[in-house]
Amino acid sequence: MPRLHASAGFGALLALLLIIGFGAWRYDGFISEYNILTVLRYNSMFALVGLGMCFVIMTGGIDLSVGSVAALSSVVAAYLSPYGLIPGLLGGLAAGLAAGIINGFIISKMKILPFIATLATMLAASGVALLLSNQQSVPASYDTNFMALGQGDFALYAPEWVNGEDAGFFGAVIRIFLGFPIPAWIALFAYFLGSLILNRTAFGRHVLAVGGGEEASRLMGLPTDRTIFLVYVMSGFLAGMAGVILAAQFGAGQPIEGVGWELFAIASVVVGGTLLTGGKGSVGATLVGTLLLGILFTVLNFENGMGWISLSAYWQSVLRGGFLLVVVILQSRLTRSAAAA
Amino acid sequence: MATAEPFLSMQGINKSFGNIPALIDASLEVREGEVMALIGQNGAGKSTMIKVLNGFSRKDAGTITVNGAPWAATSPEMAQRGGISTIFQEINLIPFRSVTENIYLGREIKTRLGLLDLRAMQAGARKLLAEFDIDVDVRRPLGEFSTAIQQMVAIARAVSFDARLVIMDEPTSSLDETEVGVLFETIRRLKAKRVAVVFVSHKLDELYAVCDRVTVMRDGRTVAVSTMADMTKLQLVATMLGRDLAEVRRAGATAFTEGTRTIGEELLSVQDLAVGRRVSDASLSVRRGEIVGLAGLLGAGRTETARAIYGASPHEKGSIRLEGKETDFTAPADAIKAGIGFCSEDRKHEGIIPGMSVRENLTLALLPALSRAGIVDESRQREIVLRFIKEIGIKCSSPEQKIRELSGGNQQKVLLARWLCMNPKLLILDEPTRGIDVGAKAEIQRLIRKLADDGLGVLMISSEIEEIVEGSDRVFVLRDGKMTAEFDGEAINEPAVMGAMAHGHGEVA
Ligand SMILES: Nc1ncnc2c1ncn2[C@@H]1O[C@H](COP(=O)(O)OP(=O)(O)OP(=O)(O)O)[C@@H](O)[C@H]1O
Ligand SMILES: [Mg+2]
Repeated sequence: MPRLHASAGFGALLALLLIIGFGAWRYDGFISEYNILTVLRYNSMFALVGLGMCFVIMTGGIDLSVGSVAALSSVVAAYLSPYGLIPGLLGGLAAGLAAGIINGFIISKMKILPFIATLATMLAASGVALLLSNQQSVPASYDTNFMALGQGDFALYAPEWVNGEDAGFFGAVIRIFLGFPIPAWIALFAYFLGSLILNRTAFGRHVLAVGGGEEASRLMGLPTDRTIFLVYVMSGFLAGMAGVILAAQFGAGQPIEGVGWELFAIASVVVGGTLLTGGKGSVGATLVGTLLLGILFTVLNFENGMGWISLSAYWQSVLRGGFLLVVVILQSRLTRSAAAA
Repeated sequence: MATAEPFLSMQGINKSFGNIPALIDASLEVREGEVMALIGQNGAGKSTMIKVLNGFSRKDAGTITVNGAPWAATSPEMAQRGGISTIFQEINLIPFRSVTENIYLGREIKTRLGLLDLRAMQAGARKLLAEFDIDVDVRRPLGEFSTAIQQMVAIARAVSFDARLVIMDEPTSSLDETEVGVLFETIRRLKAKRVAVVFVSHKLDELYAVCDRVTVMRDGRTVAVSTMADMTKLQLVATMLGRDLAEVRRAGATAFTEGTRTIGEELLSVQDLAVGRRVSDASLSVRRGEIVGLAGLLGAGRTETARAIYGASPHEKGSIRLEGKETDFTAPADAIKAGIGFCSEDRKHEGIIPGMSVRENLTLALLPALSRAGIVDESRQREIVLRFIKEIGIKCSSPEQKIRELSGGNQQKVLLARWLCMNPKLLILDEPTRGIDVGAKAEIQRLIRKLADDGLGVLMISSEIEEIVEGSDRVFVLRDGKMTAEFDGEAINEPAVMGAMAHGHGEVA
């Protein structure tokens, strides 16, 4: 079935299933409700950042600023959290949006290379976040329901019986469904919209066209500058959302968080089979990529927890890098053999 | 015919790049429902004129009016909305994206919800292409199809905009005769709908077949405007080149002159070759000092055969011998070392490195030979570059000019020079004169002949029968991946070669 092989992210999906299978086989509690929900909650931030990065990369660009923009927006959101969930949310989103607009403007209008432009905003956003917060983490308010954005779920609304001993399969499904973390809902919704935008709107097709040939797109009369502008705005907005979740999940704005997020996001996009040079890519595969990297992290934690060996953070890094490489090679092999078939 | 007001009027157009003028007081007028030929040597300014019109480039001076109103398109997008759509000289579509997308990008069909109506677009694309006699899976990436299909898709896209003026910058350079026929039919249909067409081509016969009038450009100026019928081919060429009529008449159709032919021993021998899906059974040979023509319709497998010889594609069956020794090239680098040069037909993707200078592009393949211990002998490099610029008349401001700033035809000349300067034993030329003006074409053909007379073996692929027939000492004909005929000496003539290309008749090799 060459079509199946060729579809973006097949290699990543395969790896994801393998690693989940491995985890389930080796560790107790890996497939527990608690572990699943924790993984989802934590990785929803990376999923959002990865989605923005995916659009940027599909135009052939790069956004290095996502991590520090998320940090900045977490600080802003935390400061505004005493006024309620909505002000906190909107504040954080606005910070991300502003960064995205600045990136988009510099890149599409002033024709500065994305790498350079977003490197500059990365440093600037980080600086602003540290200034605003006096280099301290900024506690978010527990008096409002702001934290729900990072930690909440709808389990409260579950009817009595699903928690009972005899809830059965159906009850369990409802329980998990309602226990699904709010940030994961947000990420899921974002991916649904993102996939719709990519596949079913003119803007989405223009993103791929610009990445596949900017000059040709311009000659075809496509609004290339606007398209490029918008992907950075999107990326900034999503990084802002991730920042809000960050603040709500850890109960504080984190000015020094977000270091390396951009690399993690790039990795999940690339593992999903999206071309770094642009023009080809998939939103769903990016989600798979994010989950793959996130679950890999969990597996390493479980391994440490088994007590046989103790992997230092450095060794974990090495292992993750190696694994990443294997997946990327697998992915390119699969695509190539499908192309030859 | 004689409407008082032309549909398009461009007057006194000036345009310089840096301080080098590309257009000097150039003009162009096109009436409604008229097909206007725009011709001139490589670098005469045709494409620049077009880019000024559709807003891709900004003019320095001059006025443009469309339907009597001032025209101020600042981008191809605006021009398109204003009713002028363009097929650019180099195919400018997105290879990764599907055929449908390439047709509908920028004016997608949407459902009531504002989402893309994929089904409607696919149906539309299929219907549109059917008008061009093309039946392909419109969901596949465009890059999977041949250059000709891609070109037809570009044409279909431009035509489908309901434009009032369609500009075609060398649309036929990668089409075969049937496809050109389909294109002409389209042009006539446009004409019937009172749409105006500007048609750029270096193939004079085509101009006489479809055009009503002709505008001739030379060195950035408009030097003549006339109805097609009032100008003979010779007059056209003479005006274009700025030469004397008598002088042009003497030169003949192609410049492959009869020289002293000393054909040596066998250089290349290919037996029962099979390559990929396209080539199943190809045999041919080239001797020293011989120009061998490889004829065939588009898709017959000519390029694939050449690529296999050059080590760029692996062959599944058969043998390739160079000077009697079986070759085992795994990469073009091996072939180059063994003395084979290959000038690709796809200059945009396989040939030029746009951001590099003419000098660098020209000597790219020669660098290993030019350098000692990794240091390039720059004085020798410059000497070679200058010699070729002069010898085949490459029009550039200096050897340091970026190649992407050259006109299409001049880029082709640089590529050719890249291989000529290598002094190869065997040179494979895939469409060596595509997009090259009549003057330079003669120069190049003369050069090829001269090199062959000096002992070079040449394998020449060309879609121009004239070039094959007049230029070759021997002709092989490929049809559907099989070698179907071989012609030698006196037996080479147009009807015979054409017959073998189409039906496979002829003396079987
Ligand atoms: N971007 C550019 N920068 C500098 N010079 C340029 C640029 N574009 C075109 N030129 C120069 O302008 C002149 C006219 O080029 P143009 O492409 O209009 O020629 P043309 O008539 O279309 O030729 P061809 O038949 O080869 O396509 C050439 O000398 C070319 O080198
Ligand atoms: Mg041109």
